[in-house]
Amino acid sequence: MSMADQTASKPSFRLSMLIYDTRYRSMTIQVIALILFMLAVAWLLSNAASNLAALGKPLSFSFLSQPAGYDINQTLIEYNNQMSHGRAALVGILNTLLVAFLGCVLATILGVTIGVLRLSNNWIVSRLMTIYIETFRNVPVLLWILLTMAVLIESLPKIALFRGENPINTMSFGNSVAFTNAGTFIPKPIFLSGSTPVVVIFFLSLVGIWAFGRWAHKRQDETGVVLPTFSIKLAIFFLPSIAAFYILGQPITLEYPVMARFRFEGGFVIRNSLIALWLALSFYTAAFIAEAVRAGIQAVSHGQTEAAAALGIRPRRTMQLIVLPQALRVIIPPMISQYLNLTKNSSLAIAVGYMDITGTLGGITLNQTGREMESLVILMACYLSISITVSLFMNWYNESIKMKER
Amino acid sequence: MSNLSYVRTEMLQEQAPPVTQTGIVMWLRENMFSSIGNSILTIVSGVLIYMVLASIVPWFWQSSWTAHSLGECREAIAHTYGEGTEGACFSVITERYNQLLFGFYPSELYWRPILAFVLLLLATAPVLFPAIPSKYLGFSALYPFAGFWLIWGGSLWVPLAAIFGFALAYAAAVYLPKVIGSLGSVIAAILLPLIWWIGLSGSVADGLQNVVPLAIQSVDSINIGGFTLSVMIGITGITLSLPIGILLALGRQSNLFVVKTICVGFIEFIRGVPLITLLFVASTLLNYFMPPGTSFDLILRVMIMVTLFASAYMAEVIRGGLAALPKGQYEAADALGLDYWKATRLIIMPQALKISIPNIVSNFIGLFKDTTLVSIIGLMDPIGLSTAIRANQEWNGIVWELFAFIALLFWIVCFSMSRYSMYLERKLKTGH
Repeated sequence: MSMADQTASKPSFRLSMLIYDTRYRSMTIQVIALILFMLAVAWLLSNAASNLAALGKPLSFSFLSQPAGYDINQTLIEYNNQMSHGRAALVGILNTLLVAFLGCVLATILGVTIGVLRLSNNWIVSRLMTIYIETFRNVPVLLWILLTMAVLIESLPKIALFRGENPINTMSFGNSVAFTNAGTFIPKPIFLSGSTPVVVIFFLSLVGIWAFGRWAHKRQDETGVVLPTFSIKLAIFFLPSIAAFYILGQPITLEYPVMARFRFEGGFVIRNSLIALWLALSFYTAAFIAEAVRAGIQAVSHGQTEAAAALGIRPRRTMQLIVLPQALRVIIPPMISQYLNLTKNSSLAIAVGYMDITGTLGGITLNQTGREMESLVILMACYLSISITVSLFMNWYNESIKMKER
Repeated sequence: MSNLSYVRTEMLQEQAPPVTQTGIVMWLRENMFSSIGNSILTIVSGVLIYMVLASIVPWFWQSSWTAHSLGECREAIAHTYGEGTEGACFSVITERYNQLLFGFYPSELYWRPILAFVLLLLATAPVLFPAIPSKYLGFSALYPFAGFWLIWGGSLWVPLAAIFGFALAYAAAVYLPKVIGSLGSVIAAILLPLIWWIGLSGSVADGLQNVVPLAIQSVDSINIGGFTLSVMIGITGITLSLPIGILLALGRQSNLFVVKTICVGFIEFIRGVPLITLLFVASTLLNYFMPPGTSFDLILRVMIMVTLFASAYMAEVIRGGLAALPKGQYEAADALGLDYWKATRLIIMPQALKISIPNIVSNFIGLFKDTTLVSIIGLMDPIGLSTAIRANQEWNGIVWELFAFIALLFWIVCFSMSRYSMYLERKLKTGH
């Protein structure tokens, strides 16, 4: 009797319940999925291990400290071919970040302008912008990069043409910049002794701009007085630094590139590969950003503009105070994903020989050392960490500008 | 008493509106010169357009279509239009268009990629346009095998064996539930074809080929190139990434922790790295992950990586659609007593896919453009061929003509896709 009671109060577990009982079924599926996944990963890894062992190159990252032995013609930090593969990879990462940063800035400026102009009521301008967007969006970015590079090489003058008593080509902007088919030569700032205060004052004025902006905003909230913030900020940006510069006796000078016997000496050189990559990525991404901007502005309901007009706010301030803050909420997320795309597309640098991380670590280092597995793992980890950092920032930003509702 | 009131009895003739309020003048005033700023913009654009046209039109017009090298072409232009004339050398296209379209495919077999392309158009038509009866969808389903077979050639038994694997999966899904239960039949539908493809299909196809030889001349994949290659990779990626993307998106939305983690990890990893690194994996690493001794075709490896890449992006797009669906739809499906797969298939997916159409298509466009990246790992797509042509002594120095032609090819395909998505959006709109 006691046995019967027990079975009645606590139904025995049957194996088929793993499949038919919804309480256990999800567990069953998960365990099966986990086992299959682990088996697949183990199979892949054991294959890789045995293949690599057969080739006589077990996993090892020691090649990173061996001398690289190749030159990089565009570096942000000190580098020569005796330095290690690791250092070359670092140069590559910095180059990736450099072109990504430059590209994002230019793409934003272009994209916002084009997106706004596309909504213009000027028929011809809006059509032109549509043509721009459709042209750039529907052609592969690699083609744009190669085309820009080819145009720079074919159309800019050779360095040799700058040589001699009466050169065929002369430098632009008062003999300070030379556009050649090997690159653009620009002046280089030289920081003499006594330049530190100027730099410090410059950064302090940036802090000052930020503090002033906050103060002005607070004051407007409290008293309703609107200050001409833009011109004041502009003044804070320029005046203190320029004053310090002249008071301290001009401690920062420019070193101009000069034509020596065979090549330009002094100054900075920006290789055409960097320029081509930068321009092509910016123009391409600008088309996508323009679409995001247009969609964002159109997403703000017309009632908002009408309400602002009813309150007697002028069109300019309506844009500034009503439309843009709301549009930004829609624009920012796709814009940041375009920044990410631009960063990832910058890996196409390898097509024009700009030495970014793909060109150094994934290109020459990989080919020289034959360490495909290790190089690609590091390469992917670099891009992954950039992407994840940006996504985390984006999530934080989205959270902070989200409309605060009930 | 005279009646002083004056009532006009006949209508006055209508006056013509002021000249500034009608016709082209009004249109110009409203659309181009409504303010000072607008007028400046108009004038600047006009000058810009004029400058571009003034350089392109003569260049286009004074072109050479028959020369065999850049030097010859420049000479011909100088001869016809006078010294110092800049003209386009479209002869590079007329001479090399075969290569740009087919790569190094044997020229006597060009009919095969062309036939494959025509069949592709026929096969996509029933998918694209609902007006076409759905019985033709069967042909669309068979097309991938026919297309691959036409382009690669070889034994007919190989594609037939591949189809048999799908038939096995279908049979297992339809007939086995009564015998071994639904979960068992799902597992069987996955395992049976895998066992068939990996273990048996190769030897069976070989055996059948020996008994009944049915084959066309096979073409090495190194010779497959040009726009054919781009379309092949693009179409494979597009057709496979949609179902895989749907599964990944469902996995990411799922309550099952393990499944969700695997899907999230996969999606975020793929989306975090550039396609080019995945292509490097395809070209250098993928064989390492296979059992020792396996080596399969580079184009196939690239297709696998491109598909995985596109699937991750597709999953995110579809997840957006799933998230945009009101919760009531899920609850209503539950209330009707539908199980998970029925609810997903009949209620959730049709709506989620409809919401995400624009993004799905822009993903397709992105994928198709990204196929050009294969030139970096040495495949001969149009861009890889353009590099080869420009390195050639005869055409060294040619830029615009070649790139313009390739750009035009891609532009036509991508632009039509974006227009199609607009058409579809309008067609499927069920709102008010």
